[in-house]
Amino acid sequence: MGGKLFRNFSFFSATLSFFLLIGIFAILFTYAQEALAEFGFDFLLTETWEADEDDEGGVFGGYIPIIGTLLSTLIAMSIAVPLAMGIAIFLTEVASENIAKPVSIAIELLAAIPSIIYGMWGLFYFAPIVQSTVGGNGVGLLTAGIVLAIMIIPFMAAITRDAMNTTPHVLKESAYAMGATKFEVIKDVIMPYSKGGIIGSIILALGRALGETMAVAFLIGSVMSTVKNVTDPTTSIPVLLANNFAEAQDLEMSSMYYLALILFVVSFVIISTAKFYFLGRKPK
Amino acid sequence: MTFKTLLATAVLASASLTAIHADELKGRGASFPGPLYKAWTSEYFAATGKKINYTPTGSGDGVKSIKKRMVDFAGSDKPLKAKKLKKSKLYMFPSVVGSIVLSYNIDGVKDGELKLSRAAIDAIFSGKATHWDDKIITKDNAGLNLPHEPITTCVRADKSGTTFNFTYFLNKINPEVKISKKPTWKAAKVVAGKSNSGVSANIQQIKNSIGYIEYSFKIKLGLPAAQIENKEGKFINPTVQSFQDGAKYATWTADNDFYAVIGDPEGATSYPIVAATFILLPTEKTDKNKEVTAFMQWAFTKGDKAASELGYVPLPTSTKDEIRKYWEAKKIK
Repeated sequence: MGGKLFRNFSFFSATLSFFLLIGIFAILFTYAQEALAEFGFDFLLTETWEADEDDEGGVFGGYIPIIGTLLSTLIAMSIAVPLAMGIAIFLTEVASENIAKPVSIAIELLAAIPSIIYGMWGLFYFAPIVQSTVGGNGVGLLTAGIVLAIMIIPFMAAITRDAMNTTPHVLKESAYAMGATKFEVIKDVIMPYSKGGIIGSIILALGRALGETMAVAFLIGSVMSTVKNVTDPTTSIPVLLANNFAEAQDLEMSSMYYLALILFVVSFVIISTAKFYFLGRKPK
Repeated sequence: MTFKTLLATAVLASASLTAIHADELKGRGASFPGPLYKAWTSEYFAATGKKINYTPTGSGDGVKSIKKRMVDFAGSDKPLKAKKLKKSKLYMFPSVVGSIVLSYNIDGVKDGELKLSRAAIDAIFSGKATHWDDKIITKDNAGLNLPHEPITTCVRADKSGTTFNFTYFLNKINPEVKISKKPTWKAAKVVAGKSNSGVSANIQQIKNSIGYIEYSFKIKLGLPAAQIENKEGKFINPTVQSFQDGAKYATWTADNDFYAVIGDPEGATSYPIVAATFILLPTEKTDKNKEVTAFMQWAFTKGDKAASELGYVPLPTSTKDEIRKYWEAKKIK
């Protein structure tokens, strides 16, 4: 009786998630129709975002926010992935028990901090530091990318650490017995074994970085301008939506749904590709 | 039996809670008068026990919300023309006058020390001047050590009535500037923030920046503000007296629902960037409107002190009388 109930419930939850996904896509696609009809694929290359004064029309283009989203995520991932891997390796293989325990707890606490706090800390503490070391305005693509990296490292590190801890001891012992160095064991035994969990954590962190709104809104500058220098201010899709959604009407609103649809599709494509490429092959 | 009583209690409790909240007046809109409305609504609650909730989300959002009847009243710095008022069936009247200051963050330059001519302001915000030591700025600031650093202009990320009034002033200097709630800024380095508070935070954090914010934000955060050249060529420090001098040239009439943009007035002592902010009401909600006008009546009679303390300029008595007559004519008094 209990088993059947649980099975039905889990089946229900799984199908619900699937239908939610389809439903969200359908809504985004429907509300974006007006903008799709008006701009078509030119939307992806237009650099202006300006509403007409009577709020009824305008020229809207997604080039700058799309590039902003992709670049800020790229900066964040290229900083965060090596650091998170390093932290996980340190915690599982290198650190002694006395150090690993408090550092682990610290990582988990950092992962739980809400993103708007990172945004506030970034604006009031970190942006002036970036301005004095690298120049620019303090707020811009680089600051947003770095703070995004700081936000996703704890989460990635914690999950990677857990994945690496699942490696059976017997595998590691056998490798050491054959004369492998610590580095070789990490590279050839632990990493391939925990590949699934590591890729999973990277994908989840990537999803968070692509969609992060409030922290980036404080730090990226929120201006429609192309980036010539890595410290220049720009905007990203979630930031543009957050800043303008409340006041947009008609065509502008539809253009924002168009942007949301693009973000949805881009995230879906990147995550599916990563999953099928890295995890599609069955381990030998 | 116990389940039934629990359910009954829950229904009663939620019903009474919703009843309490149904009485609360809800307003949304301009962040320009945000600090003042906050003071007025809390004093009104202390005086009468009636709660009014105003959320400063921006003039554009205010207009949108009242059009959809999502709120009881809206605040907008940009007045609506008669055609639009008719189309959305709205009443409109001004509530208070405020001012926009140019705040900056330059090492070694204190409050009131920077003098900006009309030409300099236009140059900064249209990108003709890119560094603080450009001649157009230094020629009025001989005593200051302005650095050779690029200027960062802090603007609004959202559709803003404050921006509308500031671009109205810029347009008087340079007719090519478009008056808009959210223009495309042509300055060299632009950073945008959400609402007056976002712009203020950016100015505080970014060195060598300048931005336009409402006066009470400058006071609250202790930011320095520039002296600005007015229509008669005098450099005016933003003080409450200079705002009052500028506001007295404003003319409002009930014939066009008080539509007037009062920026850049005459007068040797007038501060140039003064602006009124307006309240929008839906025409068909007579009972709710009477509650709003009761609050505004209280604010007009007892709220002047709070307004002056925060740096706003109360409307002249003649205008308040005109507004009362307007309410009577529309039967919402």
